[in-house]
Amino acid sequence: MEKKTPLYESHVALGGKIVEFGGYLMPVQYPSGVIAEHMAVRTKAGLFDVSHMAELAMEGPAAVANIQHLVTADISKMVDGQVKYAMLCNDQGGIVDDLVIYRRGPEQYLLVVNAGNHDKDAAWVSSHLSGDVKYRDVSDEVAQLALQGPASAAILRKICAESDIPEKYYHFCEGCVLHLEGGRDITAIISQTGYTGEFGYEIYCSSADVTDLWNTLLSVGKDDGLIPCGLGARDTLRLEAAMPLYGHEMNDGITPKEAGLPCKLDGKEFIGRDAIIAKGAPKIKRIGMKVTGRGIIREHLDIYTKDGKKIGWTSSGTYCPFMEMSVAMGYIDIDEIEIGKKLDVDVRGRKVEVEIVPLPFYKIDR
Amino acid sequence: MNFPAELKYSKTHEWVKMLDDTTALVGISDFAQDELGDLVFVNLPIVGDDVVAGDAMCDVESVKAVSDVMSPVSGTVAEVNNELDDAPEKLNEDPYGAWIAKIENITDTDELLDAEAYEAFTKEA
Repeated sequence: MEKKTPLYESHVALGGKIVEFGGYLMPVQYPSGVIAEHMAVRTKAGLFDVSHMAELAMEGPAAVANIQHLVTADISKMVDGQVKYAMLCNDQGGIVDDLVIYRRGPEQYLLVVNAGNHDKDAAWVSSHLSGDVKYRDVSDEVAQLALQGPASAAILRKICAESDIPEKYYHFCEGCVLHLEGGRDITAIISQTGYTGEFGYEIYCSSADVTDLWNTLLSVGKDDGLIPCGLGARDTLRLEAAMPLYGHEMNDGITPKEAGLPCKLDGKEFIGRDAIIAKGAPKIKRIGMKVTGRGIIREHLDIYTKDGKKIGWTSSGTYCPFMEMSVAMGYIDIDEIEIGKKLDVDVRGRKVEVEIVPLPFYKIDR
Repeated sequence: MNFPAELKYSKTHEWVKMLDDTTALVGISDFAQDELGDLVFVNLPIVGDDVVAGDAMCDVESVKAVSDVMSPVSGTVAEVNNELDDAPEKLNEDPYGAWIAKIENITDTDELLDAEAYEAFTKEA
């Protein structure tokens, strides 16, 4: 049976269309629709319930060594209040999941992983523990909202002190006091991160507080154009920003090197590192494609050269409302990669022309 | 939700506007466009092709997914609405104005529902 986040009833009351995602019943869109929600994030602000994401806490003298053994990034130089994006890899160098690592203290870390991989990741992490470390799955206690868009900072300032708002991308503030409607104060983690390619924040609070925080943000942000956004817009936004999605650009058989994702081979040892080194230079790589023919490209479609040679497959694709073009990502033979090259994608028997373009499709200055 | 009384409807959520006994304009219902979400591409039927009631006639793409549009009647595609090539959003904005195809030589319309019956059908769905 599917799980519900604490905000499930709020989504239904707002007219959200509910779908199953990662084992949760989540809103795919609200009545304003995916395009309006996408545009709100690019031009004003959008609020997402991302409480389905899983949080794993790692504490103790051996926390650093344990995390380092699991992730593809070098975490030894992280400072308190810093966030790092990395991969968990298996012994063959394939991606178990992508994650963000929060350093809350020298011996206190939070790992945030995908809902769809929650059980797999929790089992993977707990089966590799060693030394003096306390590991706890805190996913049920922790709720998460994503406030994304250029107006996000102005909205947050209405309910918390400037000093509680992280100034830098991939940094967070801890113990932030948020003033909710009705006069109640709660504490939260505010992180300048997100999965939209836009300026914005992710807020972690207690599951018991999240409904009041959600209502407060929607209310104080209304004049700034803030609207609730669902998973549909989350997907089109991440795709426009060329951010990878597990099960699409990443899976157990794709290495971070092939995916063009963080993977530090000349630093610390981690599970899968030797396998990735042994594989040598990748034979396939993730590319971006702009659709120059007519149509929309989706995942799992074959990619051909103009003379009909099959060279790869698509991993994701959609119409990007802000850039007003149809794009896709996929994997092709490394020898065929050349920016500007035209290829064909087989869309249900119809050849649709695409052009290889640099990633990301959309990027803001940070 | 809007269900114009002068139209007929299929259980696969297309509408039919009879122009004479054997010719009709067809499109997707208000219910269908709402279920599909924001449409961003229409792969129109081909003029001259025969279509069969209940079989796929063309496909539409929303931001999220591709969906087949069934033909509500059997006949031959006489014309397609090329305006939708550049403006698929018209299917969302004006579902009963944005016809997809004109079908001629129509042989069967008995299975189609009137507005009242179709509205009741969408509420069961």
